[in-house]
Amino acid sequence: MSKITYREAIRAAMREAMRADPRVFLMGEDVGRYGGAFAVSLGLLDEFGPERIRDTPLSESGFLGAGIGAALGGMRPIVEIMTVNFSLLALDQLVNHAATLRHMSGGQFSVPMVVRMASGGGRGMAAQHSHSFEGWYAHVPGIKVLTPATVADAKGLLLAALEEPDPVVVLEHATLYPVEGDDTPDAPMEIGLAAVRRPGARVSLVTYGGSLPKTLKAADELAKEGVDAEVVDLRTLRPLDMDTVVGSIAKTHRAVVVDEMWKTGSFAGEVMARIMELAFDELDAPVVRVCSREVPMPYAKHLEEAALPQVGQIVAAAKGLL
Amino acid sequence: MTDFLMPKLGADMTQGRLIEWFKKPGERIVRGEVIAVVETDKANVDVESWVAGTLQKILVAPGGDWLPVGTPLAVIEPEAGAAAEAPPSFAAPPVAAAPKPAPPVVTPAVPAGPGAPVPAPPIPEPVSAPVAPGERVPVSPIARKRAAALGLDAATIRGTGPGGRITLDDVERASRERPAPVAPAVAAPAADKRQRMRDAIAAAMARSKREIPHYYLGTTIDLSKALAWLAEANAKLPVAERLLAGVLLIKAAALALREVPELNGFWIDGRAQRSEAIHAGVAISLRGGGLVAPAIHGADKLALPELMQRVTDLVARARAGSLKSSEMTDPTITITSLGERGVEAVYGVIYPPQLALVGFGKVVERPWAVDGAVGVRPVVTATLSGDHRATDGHRGALYLDALDRLLQAPDKL
Repeated sequence: MSKITYREAIRAAMREAMRADPRVFLMGEDVGRYGGAFAVSLGLLDEFGPERIRDTPLSESGFLGAGIGAALGGMRPIVEIMTVNFSLLALDQLVNHAATLRHMSGGQFSVPMVVRMASGGGRGMAAQHSHSFEGWYAHVPGIKVLTPATVADAKGLLLAALEEPDPVVVLEHATLYPVEGDDTPDAPMEIGLAAVRRPGARVSLVTYGGSLPKTLKAADELAKEGVDAEVVDLRTLRPLDMDTVVGSIAKTHRAVVVDEMWKTGSFAGEVMARIMELAFDELDAPVVRVCSREVPMPYAKHLEEAALPQVGQIVAAAKGLL
Repeated sequence: MTDFLMPKLGADMTQGRLIEWFKKPGERIVRGEVIAVVETDKANVDVESWVAGTLQKILVAPGGDWLPVGTPLAVIEPEAGAAAEAPPSFAAPPVAAAPKPAPPVVTPAVPAGPGAPVPAPPIPEPVSAPVAPGERVPVSPIARKRAAALGLDAATIRGTGPGGRITLDDVERASRERPAPVAPAVAAPAADKRQRMRDAIAAAMARSKREIPHYYLGTTIDLSKALAWLAEANAKLPVAERLLAGVLLIKAAALALREVPELNGFWIDGRAQRSEAIHAGVAISLRGGGLVAPAIHGADKLALPELMQRVTDLVARARAGSLKSSEMTDPTITITSLGERGVEAVYGVIYPPQLALVGFGKVVERPWAVDGAVGVRPVVTATLSGDHRATDGHRGALYLDALDRLLQAPDKL
C-alpha cells in the first residue's frame, strides 16, 4: 500500500464524503483557489467546483454562523478555520449556538456541522497562530472534540465526524500534516475510544494530537534506559475514554500526562483530576504533567522549542516517578 | 530523636517480646552496646543499639506482650554528629542506596583479628528509615491498599520511591521478606514457645521452597589427612582446648567461599548481592526441637583455636537462649552438620535470603581406592544446596572441589 500523508488522509475523507453525499460541502478562508492554508483541500475545487468548495471572507464569526445555518437547513457543512487562534472570533457561534440549539429547541433542531482547525506550535508561526485551546472546546457539552494524531485517525475520525448529528470540532495539529502513514480506513471509526499506541508496564504516558510523536519518542528513550512505558493516545477529548486510561494505570500505577496547552487550565489537568477520581487506589506515585511554558508562543525557534513540551522533559517526568 | 524498634532478628521473625532493659532513661549508650534482651520464637537475644546517644524514654516495659517487628520500644536521643545507622536487619538487608539500574554490591569488610571484638558489619545507609509513629509516612495509594490487604504496617516498611515514598514494590518486598502475616502471629500470643519456633521455621522453610529453585550437589571427601593432622595437633593441646573435626569443616567451608564468592550473600530484589565478609551461620539444634543458625563473623579469617572457642561459645549461648542480635541477622551462608549421630548426607533447605547451604554428614569409615589399592579411610559427604537463580551447578561443583582440596591440606587451615 502506498504511503499517504496526514494532510492527504483528511483530503481523502472529505473527497469520499462529498462523493457519497451531495449535502456535504467545504467552506473556509482560502480553501478553494489556494487549496487551503495547509494545502489540505488542494485539488478539491477542480473536482467539486465553487458551489461545494467555497472561499469565504475573513470573518470567522460570519462563516461559522453560515455553517450553522446550512446545517440547520439540512446540509452537512465542513467549516475549515485556519488556526485555533482564529476560531476565538467564532467562539460565540460555536459555544452559544451550535452547541446549544438541540437542547434549546427541545430536540427539534440539530447542527450536523464539522469544524476543522489547525492547532499547535512548532512551526515558527508566533503567538497568534500557534496555540492549543482544545481543552476549551472539550469543556463545552454539546460539541464533540476530536484530536487525530495518526494518519489513519485523520481519515477515520473525520469520516466519523461527518456522520455525527451534532457539531464536531476536529483539531489537526499542524506539525502532523506532512507525517506519512499507510493503512487508512475506508469506514468511519468509532468516536470516544482511546488507544494504547505502545504497550508498557512501568509508567503510562497519556497524550493526544501533536504530542503523540514526541511521547512515543520519549517512550523509546525510556526503553533504552530500561523503563517500559505505555503510551495512551486519547484520540477524542469529548467524549473522553477514561476506561482505557484507568486500565493502563491499573497496570503501570504511574502516569505522566502530556499536552501542549499551558499548564494552568490545561486539558492534562482534567485528565489528572479524572485519574484521581477513578484510579486513586491504583497510583504508586503522584500523577504529573508536561505542558507548554506559560508564555505567548515565541517566534524565535530556540525560544519556541523551549516553550513547548519536549522529549527530554517527558523522559525526565517519567523517571521522576520511579 | 530515634526510635529503638523491635528488631527483626531473622527472616522468619515477625514478633518479639521485650525481656529486659540494660539501660535506664538518661543513661548513655555506646554504639554496638547491648541495651536490651528480646525474646524471639527461637531464643532470648541480646539486642545492640546502632545509635550512640542517650536513652530518652522507655516505651515498652519488660515482660509485656508479644509485639510485631518494627514496634517502637524506646526513644534514643542520638549523639550530636553521630549518624543514626540502621541495624543489620532482614527487613532491610544490606542494599546499597544507589538507585537502579546498577545492581548494588555490598562489600562490608570485617577486620576481625583473633580476640578482637567483632564489630558490627557496616550497613550502607538505607534509602529511608522506617518512620516514627505520628510522623507522616509518604505511602502511595496502591502501596497503602496492598499493605492493608497483606496485614503489613506501612510504618515498618522502608520506602525507596522518590522522596522516600513507600511504593508498591516496597510493600511486595516487605511481604516477601515477612512470609507469616503479622495479624495471625499477634493474635496467637499464647501459643507456646515450641509451637512458635515451629511456626517460624515453617514460614522460613516454606518461603525457601516456594521461592528458591534449589540445586543439590554432593561429593565424598577423604578426611584421613585432616583427621591425622587433627589427632597430632590435639595431642599437644590441653583437653579443654582440643579441636573438633567440625571446626576444620567450618573453616574449610568458609575458606572455599573465597574461591567461589558467588555463593556467599543474599538474594535481594531479584538479584544476587554478594557479601565480601564471610559470616558462617552454624546450624545448632536446640533441646526440645527446633534450630537456630547464628553467625560466626568473618569465619574465614579466624584461626582454628579461635574458631573452636567461638563455636563452643555460640552453641552454649544458643542453647541458653542468649544470642546477640547481630549474630542472628547476618549469616551470609549456612553450614549444617548432622554430626556423630547423623546420617551420611544432608541436603539442606537454604535459609532465605541466603544463596547457599553447605551440609556435612557424619564421618564414616569406608573402603576407598587410592593409587590402585583399596584401603579403609574416614570420609565425609559434603553437599551444597545452591540457589539456581544466583549460581549454576558448575560454580557449585567448583566450590565442593575447593572444599575437598582445602581439607587435604589441614595444616594450612
